[in-house]
Amino acid sequence: MKLDKPERYIGHEFNAVMKDPESVDIRFVMCFPDVYEIGMSHLGIQILYDLFNKMPDVWCERVYSPWPDLDKVMREQHIPLFSLESQRPVRDADFLGITLQYEMSYTNVLQILDLSGIPLHSTDRTGDDPIVIGGGPCAYNPEPIAEFFDLFYIGEGEVAYPALLDLYREFRDKKKSREEFLIEAGKLPGIYVPRYYEAAYNEDGTLASFAPTISGLPEKIAKQIVMDFNGIPYPEAPIVPYLKAAQDRVVLEIQRGCIRGCRFCQAGMIYRPLREKELDLLTERAKRMLENTGYEEISLSSLSSSDYADLDGLLNYLISICREKGINISLPSLRIDAFSLDVMSKVQDVKKSSLTFAPEAGTQHMRDVINKGITEEDILNGAGQAFEGGWNKVKLYFMLGLPTETEDDVKGIAHLCQKVAERYYEIPKEKRVGKISITASSSFFVPKPFTPFQWAPMDKEQDFLDKAHIVKDEVRRMENQKSIRYTYHDAQISVLEGVLARGDRRVGAAIEAAYRNGALFDSWTEFFKAENWQNAFAETGIDPYFYTARERSTEELLPWDFLDCGVTKRFLIREWERAKEGVVTPNCRQMCQGCGSLRYHGGVCYEGKN
Amino acid sequence: MKARIKFTKTGPIKYIGHLDTMRYFQKALRRAAIPVTLSEGFSPHMLMSFASPLGVGKTSSGEYFDVDLKEEMTSREIVDRLNAQMVEGVEVLSAVKIGEKKADKGMTLVAGADYTVTIRADKLPSVMNLADDILQEKIRSFLEQPEIRILRKTKRKEEETDIRPWIYEFSYEGENRYHCLLSAGSVQNLKPDLVIKAFALYLGGDIEPADLLIHRNDIFADTGEDGKRNLVPLDALGEVIE
Repeated sequence: MKLDKPERYIGHEFNAVMKDPESVDIRFVMCFPDVYEIGMSHLGIQILYDLFNKMPDVWCERVYSPWPDLDKVMREQHIPLFSLESQRPVRDADFLGITLQYEMSYTNVLQILDLSGIPLHSTDRTGDDPIVIGGGPCAYNPEPIAEFFDLFYIGEGEVAYPALLDLYREFRDKKKSREEFLIEAGKLPGIYVPRYYEAAYNEDGTLASFAPTISGLPEKIAKQIVMDFNGIPYPEAPIVPYLKAAQDRVVLEIQRGCIRGCRFCQAGMIYRPLREKELDLLTERAKRMLENTGYEEISLSSLSSSDYADLDGLLNYLISICREKGINISLPSLRIDAFSLDVMSKVQDVKKSSLTFAPEAGTQHMRDVINKGITEEDILNGAGQAFEGGWNKVKLYFMLGLPTETEDDVKGIAHLCQKVAERYYEIPKEKRVGKISITASSSFFVPKPFTPFQWAPMDKEQDFLDKAHIVKDEVRRMENQKSIRYTYHDAQISVLEGVLARGDRRVGAAIEAAYRNGALFDSWTEFFKAENWQNAFAETGIDPYFYTARERSTEELLPWDFLDCGVTKRFLIREWERAKEGVVTPNCRQMCQGCGSLRYHGGVCYEGKN
Repeated sequence: MKARIKFTKTGPIKYIGHLDTMRYFQKALRRAAIPVTLSEGFSPHMLMSFASPLGVGKTSSGEYFDVDLKEEMTSREIVDRLNAQMVEGVEVLSAVKIGEKKADKGMTLVAGADYTVTIRADKLPSVMNLADDILQEKIRSFLEQPEIRILRKTKRKEEETDIRPWIYEFSYEGENRYHCLLSAGSVQNLKPDLVIKAFALYLGGDIEPADLLIHRNDIFADTGEDGKRNLVPLDALGEVIE
């Protein structure tokens, strides 16, 4: 048996937690349904792993998707999927928690269940199977995968798990059935038990009603979030993988949520309100984490790092402890302005790697529609300052297929690239460092639940490709076309992501059929095969465009409407209307947008109001 | 100060590849707050070199790397501080001060390595399933051959090579376990898998590397003179700092 990177499956990493399986009460296996190097880079699992393992009677272990080479061996030799720590079968655990970070991992979820020997459908499981619980951003529309889960947890994991584990212990000790436990769990805040909810449909295929089938279960399930944001535990001794993971560094979470209100961004809506961690806490923590891991790099984690109130203070401290030890500081998600560039030149010293800007759209009209809140002037000034600071490589990220998009908006991507190039050549020749290199890439816009664009129609594959070709042709017409490289995402994967993002419970049959047809690792372009899915839709009689291409009325009952994500539907409708009018909404620090998050009594909503 | 660290690699972490083992020790050195000299340049990195990479899946009780320290530390302190940062299966056995010259580098010095090879019981070829005394006799006649030619793969090519001069010791220890002391280093590097394979072929059978459990006992330098071999463990060439 010759496997690629056996290190993926052996566990035993530094800071991994080992316990005696006989002396713990609850075994919780946490899964990120993708390959180890991706899964190990996920902060959320490290947070929950730490939280659970601090409970003396709980052992939290990990499992990731076996790579296709091991998958094959396991099926041929009937080896059940095992967790990394104890190397015992996943099926023997009490809980299997699966984090749902992107829709294209859904077939990998089925692989995990299948290889574990756990029936794919919640209703087929018995007392011998673990309780399968899902969480993470995709749980905000759990319906397409509802039948594969016993429970979903809506919100931030730190909050409700202790109560769920207590309930489990109590019911197990009383020898209550699996079903009795699930029903009672469904009464806990933030917990959804899909098998006890039923959907009915109108003749046109839209949802007619959605309600619990058992009395006592809530009609509406509200997300749970941490409001004592400085008080919650954080993994100060995270696991250090042997393999080089995607995040091969200390990850310091500085804040959660975002004030910006970009209308396409689901994270910006569901993690509201913005909550910051105190500077003193962060500096102490950064130091301890570096000591506990030995990493040679530290990165700040947040949706928009520039918005952290005392970023300057934090960075000055990090620079003071990192410089002499040769530890790098990496700063993702910075907005491109004078301040950020100053910060970047401080931390990056001489190494001028490429700069990444995310204008998201090529024209002001389009950026106003999505509420990106930056002007062309901001972009060009930012680029100009970067060029004067010695950078000559720029990456620009765009989206194609945004609501109300016109051909001018599409061509605008090429025009903006050209303007950035021109800005470079405004610098006196002696100050330039060689030629400018611009890499523009566009993804195809996928409308997500709980965003103002949740009602928007999505383009079909051919529309996306036509638009990408318009950009490509327009780039070729530009004076500096030789300096501009343009790439775009896979249109078929994007449309599929659209189906899974806004699908209803009926889509589950297609996911299962696609998996049976061989779909796995769909987010990896080298493994994605469109036929697996086309056949699956045909076999199950599902029209993917019903879920993507149709414009939904704001009156329509949406499959995820039974969840309360914190922002109100009224707010989302208002933002959808403003988007269509191209009206910008100010960020949370400029003016309250009335999104509904005030009810959490904290975070940015109450800044300066104590 | 240049230090040579000797460590073991057993248990599940035998599956960690060479580069990842190096990354593991870089992080462990940071955790242990051992002041390692960083290279100059755009991306400073630790100056460390391993004597001889160990293949994935093989275990060892005698691995070595050399590392540049910014200041002198006692051997005891280096060993203790590192051992506080190890995972199961990795233990630091010694730390000695070595010379600064290029010729003092572990990588340059490697001349031999000692292995214990166990054939997995379920993979034992019938030709090797012999009584101990018969097997001893076969080994004797195997070694008495004027040459032992076998197809040997190197980085660049694959060619038939006489490996007999590189086998310093080869014996049977019972229970499918063989002991080999072989030439090692950048030029005449002989893997124990190949010796067992040559022996199996000599007996009229064959065996694959996957059927073997290979454990490296130690790595040696040759301090002999006038063509006389005198193999000493690599950490014998350093000085213990009290």
